[in-house]
Amino acid sequence: MDGQWACLDGNEAAARVAYALSEVAAIYPITPASPMGEVADAWSTARRRNLWGGVPDVVEMQSEAGAAGVLHGAVTKGTLGVTFTASQGLLLMLPNMYKIAGELTPAVIHVAARTLATHALSIFGDHSDVMSARMTGWAMLCASSVQEAQDFALVAHSATLRSRIPFLHFFDGFRTSHEVDKIKLLSDDEMRALIRESDVRAHHDRGLTPDAPVLRGSAQNPDTFFQAREACNPFYQAVPGIVAEVFDELAAVTGRRYGLVEYHGAPDAERVVVLMGSGVGAAQETVDELTRRGERVGLVAVRLYRPFPSEAFLAALPPTVRAVAVLDRTKEPGAPAEPLHQDVLTALAEAGGPVPTLIGGRYGLSSKEFTPAMVKAVFDELASPGPRRRFTVGIVDDVTHLSLPVDPDFRIPTDAVAAVFFGLGADGTVGANKNSVKIIGEGTDGYAQGYFVYDSRKSGAVTVSHLRFGKQLIRSTYLVEPGAADFVAVHQFNLLEKMKVLELATSGATLLLNSPYPAGTVWDHLPVEVQQQIIDKGLRFFVIDAFRLAREVGLGSRINTIMQPCFFHLSGVLPEDEVVPQIKKAVEKSYGKRGRTVVERNLAAIDRAIAELEQVAVPDRVAGELHRMPPLPDHAPEFVRRVTAKMLAGEGDLLPVSALPVDGTWPTDTARWEKRAIALDLPIWDESICIDCGKCAITCPHTAIRIKVFTPDALDGAPEGFKSKKYNSRDLPGHLLSVQVAPDDCTGCGICVDVCPVRSKTEVKHKSLNLQPAIDHRDAERRSFDFFLDIPEIDRTAVRHDTVKGVSQLQPLFEFSGACSGCGETPYLKTLTQLFGDRMLIANATGCSSIYGGNLPTTPYARDAYGRGPTWSNSLFEDNAEFGLGLRLGWERQHNEARRLLDALRDRIGPLVDDLLRADQGGEAGVQAQRARVAALKEVLAGPEFADDRDAARLLMLADELVEKAVWIVGGDGWAYDIGYGGVDHVLSSGANVNLLVLDTEVYSNTGGQASKATPRGAAAKFAAAGKPGAKKDLGAIAQQYGTVYVAQIAIGANEQQAVRALLEAQAWPGPSLVIAYSTCIAHGIEMSTSMTHQKDAVGSGYWPLYRYRPSEDAEGHPFHLDSKQPNQKVTEFMAAETRFSMLSRSDPDRATMLADLAQADADERWRLYSQLAGLERTVPHSAVDPDPAEGTTNGHAPGADGPTALGSATTVTEDRP
Amino acid sequence: MSPDLRTTYLGLPLSGPVIASAGPLTGRLEDLLRLEDAGAAAVVLPSLFEEEVIDEELLLDEHLEQGTNSYAESVDYFPVLPELELGAERHLRLLGEAKERLGIPVIASLNAVHPGSWERYAGEFVAAGADAVELNLYSMATDPTRDAATVEAGYLEVIAGVRKAVNVPLAVKLSPYLSSTAHFAAAAVATGVDGLVLFNRFYTPDLDLSTFGVAPRLELSTSADLRLPLRWIGVLRPQLPATSLAATSGVHAAEDVAKALLVGANVACMTSALIKKGPQHLRTVLDGLESWMEGSLYASVAEMRGSASAAGVADPGGFERAQYVRLLTDARRR
Repeated sequence: MDGQWACLDGNEAAARVAYALSEVAAIYPITPASPMGEVADAWSTARRRNLWGGVPDVVEMQSEAGAAGVLHGAVTKGTLGVTFTASQGLLLMLPNMYKIAGELTPAVIHVAARTLATHALSIFGDHSDVMSARMTGWAMLCASSVQEAQDFALVAHSATLRSRIPFLHFFDGFRTSHEVDKIKLLSDDEMRALIRESDVRAHHDRGLTPDAPVLRGSAQNPDTFFQAREACNPFYQAVPGIVAEVFDELAAVTGRRYGLVEYHGAPDAERVVVLMGSGVGAAQETVDELTRRGERVGLVAVRLYRPFPSEAFLAALPPTVRAVAVLDRTKEPGAPAEPLHQDVLTALAEAGGPVPTLIGGRYGLSSKEFTPAMVKAVFDELASPGPRRRFTVGIVDDVTHLSLPVDPDFRIPTDAVAAVFFGLGADGTVGANKNSVKIIGEGTDGYAQGYFVYDSRKSGAVTVSHLRFGKQLIRSTYLVEPGAADFVAVHQFNLLEKMKVLELATSGATLLLNSPYPAGTVWDHLPVEVQQQIIDKGLRFFVIDAFRLAREVGLGSRINTIMQPCFFHLSGVLPEDEVVPQIKKAVEKSYGKRGRTVVERNLAAIDRAIAELEQVAVPDRVAGELHRMPPLPDHAPEFVRRVTAKMLAGEGDLLPVSALPVDGTWPTDTARWEKRAIALDLPIWDESICIDCGKCAITCPHTAIRIKVFTPDALDGAPEGFKSKKYNSRDLPGHLLSVQVAPDDCTGCGICVDVCPVRSKTEVKHKSLNLQPAIDHRDAERRSFDFFLDIPEIDRTAVRHDTVKGVSQLQPLFEFSGACSGCGETPYLKTLTQLFGDRMLIANATGCSSIYGGNLPTTPYARDAYGRGPTWSNSLFEDNAEFGLGLRLGWERQHNEARRLLDALRDRIGPLVDDLLRADQGGEAGVQAQRARVAALKEVLAGPEFADDRDAARLLMLADELVEKAVWIVGGDGWAYDIGYGGVDHVLSSGANVNLLVLDTEVYSNTGGQASKATPRGAAAKFAAAGKPGAKKDLGAIAQQYGTVYVAQIAIGANEQQAVRALLEAQAWPGPSLVIAYSTCIAHGIEMSTSMTHQKDAVGSGYWPLYRYRPSEDAEGHPFHLDSKQPNQKVTEFMAAETRFSMLSRSDPDRATMLADLAQADADERWRLYSQLAGLERTVPHSAVDPDPAEGTTNGHAPGADGPTALGSATTVTEDRP
Repeated sequence: MSPDLRTTYLGLPLSGPVIASAGPLTGRLEDLLRLEDAGAAAVVLPSLFEEEVIDEELLLDEHLEQGTNSYAESVDYFPVLPELELGAERHLRLLGEAKERLGIPVIASLNAVHPGSWERYAGEFVAAGADAVELNLYSMATDPTRDAATVEAGYLEVIAGVRKAVNVPLAVKLSPYLSSTAHFAAAAVATGVDGLVLFNRFYTPDLDLSTFGVAPRLELSTSADLRLPLRWIGVLRPQLPATSLAATSGVHAAEDVAKALLVGANVACMTSALIKKGPQHLRTVLDGLESWMEGSLYASVAEMRGSASAAGVADPGGFERAQYVRLLTDARRR
């Protein structure tokens, strides 16, 4: 594609150049920059060559800090080094960035700029990350489009070699990194023209070599450091000139001219905005439109941000300028102005002469839309007699009143066709639209742009694709605006009831609906609101039954190649006779590697699609009673109705500042209010054969299968069809049991059916749970579930907590998460909350579990009838173990203080003190008894005799901390094995009474399947596309070496009982515990409906041995319990059933066989080792001396000693009722 | 002088009368080389089952697509691999490599399901260098509305289609469950096949008592299984004098090969015995055959072929059903 037009996104555009111009790439996944590392790794695996003919080494590190270290080393050796990152990743690189710059070493970091986590994490785009790197001494070059992301990548690599100053090249995360655009590719010759071999040679010659030894990285003292720090100044002074020179050379070879800062607009502009990044596109369109209307406005786009080119900036400003607004896509709380604003102010102030009116504002944080209407609002503000000195635009700030009013109807007239597509992740809509952009962009001389908005959920995820097609270059760096879409496609009929899909349609637009109803009857099935909009906007309305057609041609639920031809046919963006051939060509390209069958079925779909399209004769009036679903029931809590409901309705942008929590603290227990009803099939219970085992409930990833045990009187008022059966238990005679599905929360994954162990005697396929069409059962199950929820929860002391059957009856306090359908992680978390949820603090590492656990608008952690439940926080990816330790230490401090105060007030409170201090809280009954004591204590302390007592008041404040808490530190393998491993290790060594749960999917699941050190040998993962060559790290074995750490390896789908037992033992162990939980994942390439039973093969083959290591104080104790049986099948057989392994055997069979043999040897050896460990005698080593034994703090605390960590917690878990 | 073991099969001159038929051993190049070393006169590669190919492709596609384009952080979950080699490509690569490395004829075997697929895959086999194509006419006649004649007509249609599409020798592996084997054999030959392979050994379902699921299972043959092919080759040899006949199922020892040749087979095909004893067992069988021929004063395989067929034995009725009756009668007399 050299020298060709191509459609790609900003990440690929930048990475393509970076790869060609580098020798070493150190990578680590982070959204939205991960794809740059992924393609670099894939190219390296495919032996693609760089500009000099070599294949770059692409090495994945354990963190961005590690990647920066490798980069530093590689460039210090004189090789060409690069890395890619964003957000927190960039922060982890800062220390090395100072070093690399301080040593004047050429290097480039490409950044897909992303929000830094503050009150919340956000994966979306703004400049808060790159602004944090301003002081590092790196030059900073900002691209504002996909074309620029490519071109500036080249400029950065060229300029760093010429200037010796390392370059940070950044572009906006998602808006540019993920926008698919038509660009002119740089050819190898064009790249070669800008990279001078003499610069490469000079860089090489400065590299460390023992053949000409030097010393770098010395330690300097007050006598010389300062002067030496100033010695680099000439290099920085030269940078603007060098970048300008490279820009000129780029223009000479490509015709594309850029400047350090560029002015666009009226030559005699009076009002100018200054900004950088993707907002430039929207600003440019607005300036064009306003100047067309006769307004004297312009914009200055900053390309080189550091060193700030003051001279070029001043030269770019028209002399007529009277007012300037600087727009910053970041926030620096407490600063006199945002960063770019301050730079502009300094430049203007130092220029001498009159300074124009200068105002500054924030826009676009976390990818908040930035539209022409907002740009116009800024110009309007500049035109007002007294413009606000500080402002925000794009939100409604009703607290500090900084926001500018925006005219919602301002639009830029355009010839481009705008199209939006509403689909589901699973139906292939986005993939087809990416293809459509390529078809137009690469197959015609027209331009095309695609931007994709995804869901905050991973299961049943809605996608909205925003596409533009036109004859002119498309600069619209914002979503298709309300009333601006010429074409609206709704690929899922039920979205009409849930979303305002027609808001975006312009008058006379075309509506394409995937409908199970034909043109003649569809009208009656539309919500009246939708009918009204179709009439009001005069839409041309077409339907096709794409799902039927997809079924007929064997495509299942994927309708992309049915809807796509219909779009082209109706939209006219492609000549009619080219539609089918072009789409077929795209299909061949996309699916060619998946085999002939997939291609042929898609081709068959294309052939039939247009013929089955029907136009609907639109009536002139609405009909029927069907209405859009209200987002929430009326009895939802006030905050949920006021805030969450807006977000669920897609109107979160309209929420004013005052509506939102000031510190990132949100209520839990909100997932229950979001009823998504995404399951096509529901598990329906046949009570007649149920054996009460509880397997369905304990393994349900979505907490949508519930079990309650109750007395018969609870059935009073039960709706018709509510099912129950006699509960078979000697402990609870006369009780009934119900297994109930939550019909609007179930994803239909089928796991409950798969794990159900009972079968009908007359028909073996019929189990106690059977999937049946949701449409036939949803209404009845809704009534039953509502009734079920009102049945009182069982007394927690009445059931055994150490059996699957018992745990499944406890109220789960983690429900309806948005995790992938069939997720292998969530059953563990749900079970934890059943066991300890009412006294649980969770520190959650960034990753899947923090996303389905804490991504708004609704979250799954819930509360019980007393208002108790898990309290949850996510600090970072890298520090979760430490964060959790902090939570534990914080609680212990409060707990110990409460104990001290109790002791101090002993005489006045009485015998309750000793009861409170000596309480055994090792089990449920003990905890409940303590809660009762605490309640009594509070009553005492609230009495008049303690009215003015400081100690009593303080004890009252701390009284609840006398109840034992469970601190669980949760995260994935990326955290525990890689980026957070140092902290994990330290916390394990601390002796603290914390519990670490590693949800081990053996891959970075949340960022899309990159290899971690938990990835097994032979698995193909991103960053290990050729199959991971090394064996999985044995984290459990490492932890066991301390001797004081409880360690367990579990797989709930293989052995629920062992998993429950391990979780109980981990919580009971008074020191650190590490539970490594096998978590099936879609990144494994398995049938997720068998996600749980598949784990039996993992265990049965010896791939994932189950064990528990419970440190023993007995000199002859055997701490290691191997809970697995001798493997009964080969690991290689297990591996062959998973795509992550089998895909390698299809791409490189010899290597696959070699790695599979080694993987088998790994497993054999591990089994041999574990078998020997099972016979090992070992006692807990002596711990460090407690620094403060009087208070019984945790550090170095020996298990079993007095104090909070031993409060009943040394109790061994037995089969006895707690 | 050693007996002359040379024979012809499907018009292909072969160095001996034993070939390795489709099975796990013919699925790996190194095993194919070992078989050739052991004296296999030809090899039949494992059948390409179209249904298996389709399932593999669809399953791979399903797994790779799972969860894609749904969430902003993880637009997909698997690395882009250069080229994935799927079922059909894997077969064709093996075929190409076998042709390149082996000096003996390489026969490709096919079981397709869709109209047009038989012809397409057969054409691809030929393009990849197959010396002959064996059609594995495997299907279960479970549809109560399709009578035997319709089923057989369908088979003949497949044969005619492939015959038209490719010009290499064509063999058909027959099911032992045809209502009128001789009639169908004649019709197949009339439609253009060069040889018949008797008989297919089908996977038969078993029930897994732990999962209550149906589990396919293939038992390895024993020498006793040879009797069915012996009977039919004996019957068909005089009826189809110009047609190649291959005996398969139950060929384990030199004596089995001798019997097959005597009743009229051009070649005897081995699988189970080679799986059990390894490729070198084929050499043992050939040595044994030579010894037997020397002891029985046969100078060549050609001389043996069909000498004890229905046309050659004194009691041709012995190949027919009545034999069963007499066996029982004899047993009662004892």
